[in-house]
Amino acid sequence: MTTHRITLTINGEYEQVDVSSNMTLLQMLRDRLALTGTKNGCNAGECGACTVLLDGEPVNSCMVLAVECAGAQITTVEGLAHDGILDPIQQTIIEHGAVQCGFCTPGILLSARGLLNRNPNPSDEEIREALVGNLCRCTGYLRIIDAVKDAALRQQALLS
Amino acid sequence: MTLNAHPELPEFDYIRPASLMEASQFLAEHAGEARPMLGGTDIFVRMRDGFWHEKYLVDVKHLDGSGDIRFDPVAGLTIGAGVNMNRVIASPQVQQHYPLLAEACRSVASYQLRTRATIVGNICNASPAGDTIGACLLLGGTLKVHGVTSFRQVPLPGFFLGPGSTVLQPGDIVTAIQFPPPPQPDSGMYIKLGRNQMSDLSIVGVTAYGFADRTTTSGYRFRVALASVAPVPLVVHAVEEYLAAHEISPEAFKQAGRLAQESCNPIDDVRGSARYRKAMVQRLTEKALQITWGQLQ
Repeated sequence: MTTHRITLTINGEYEQVDVSSNMTLLQMLRDRLALTGTKNGCNAGECGACTVLLDGEPVNSCMVLAVECAGAQITTVEGLAHDGILDPIQQTIIEHGAVQCGFCTPGILLSARGLLNRNPNPSDEEIREALVGNLCRCTGYLRIIDAVKDAALRQQALLS
Repeated sequence: MTLNAHPELPEFDYIRPASLMEASQFLAEHAGEARPMLGGTDIFVRMRDGFWHEKYLVDVKHLDGSGDIRFDPVAGLTIGAGVNMNRVIASPQVQQHYPLLAEACRSVASYQLRTRATIVGNICNASPAGDTIGACLLLGGTLKVHGVTSFRQVPLPGFFLGPGSTVLQPGDIVTAIQFPPPPQPDSGMYIKLGRNQMSDLSIVGVTAYGFADRTTTSGYRFRVALASVAPVPLVVHAVEEYLAAHEISPEAFKQAGRLAQESCNPIDDVRGSARYRKAMVQRLTEKALQITWGQLQ
């Protein structure tokens, strides 16, 4: 099986990685770069626990080959906070008590970040639609949706 | 106990050809062991589950024109094979001229998956449950196919041979899907009956499309396509013929539902029984046509 040397940017850091053809972005992040915040839930693109941003758009990292990411910009949960200051969606997820076991949380944070990047003022329906691919078996979703709404307000306040 | 429902991907070689010709030649030379790849959302699941054992995956989504989405009032809409479904949904031209296509794309899985999934991939996967196929059929979609010797146009009717089976030959690469300009006014809708409201595979999918047509007795033309109720995505020609020849009314739509029910041939499976699917085809066809008709008024 062929090995490919790829370069890409992960959380703002330039990385060069040798990856096999069948290695997924998820495996590369967790097993090669020790970015274990991204979780492996179903390995089939259904649960969303492995969601990261690929060139700014949410993807299931279990459904992307690492070799396809040559030249790409990846954001994982480890890259959301800057200089010790949490992203607004991280802060509101904490404050709204929208975490229980926490396994789904990194994926939800990245889906929500992707939503707020493309739509800074989402409706309830738009939030629900954006999070359809992120399964949570603890919280019942309501607090997560409240947290995303609150994060949108805080983001707008920060930008105004 | 294993935490993962699906294992890791088996070994294969990833091939990224520099041109369509190189890609077609490679695929033809490795017939039976190489497969063209776009978003990979179906391929990876099938390989992980052991149904497919490709030795090579040939990435074709970056090749000439595959990333383009273009609309021309005369030529119509062209969507490159590599254009993901979120881009289709967000396209102002698609929203304005082909809203049925955007609606069908929006019904597929989740936002994350649609960042990778493509309409052309959905078609080439040839699942009877493919959510975007009905809209593509009813809107007059034609595939642009690059073969070993030349390009050719392949109309969607006749493209599907069975579950997972199409007329494509080794070396063929679908580079785009093209749609003629839509008649004005037109209207359509996709009703997806799943086990939940969002993201699941369909138990039954009904796409309805209609527009004014002075050449018919009724003054309208309605088309219906069905998903998950036959070995291939199904266009119910009997509905089109009936509603062209009879005055449009609630009773006519009820009869159209019965015709759709008679035309399909569903199976019992984990998502639903054949009997339930048949009943739903009748009801949802009637409903989809009524709503489409209402939007046309």
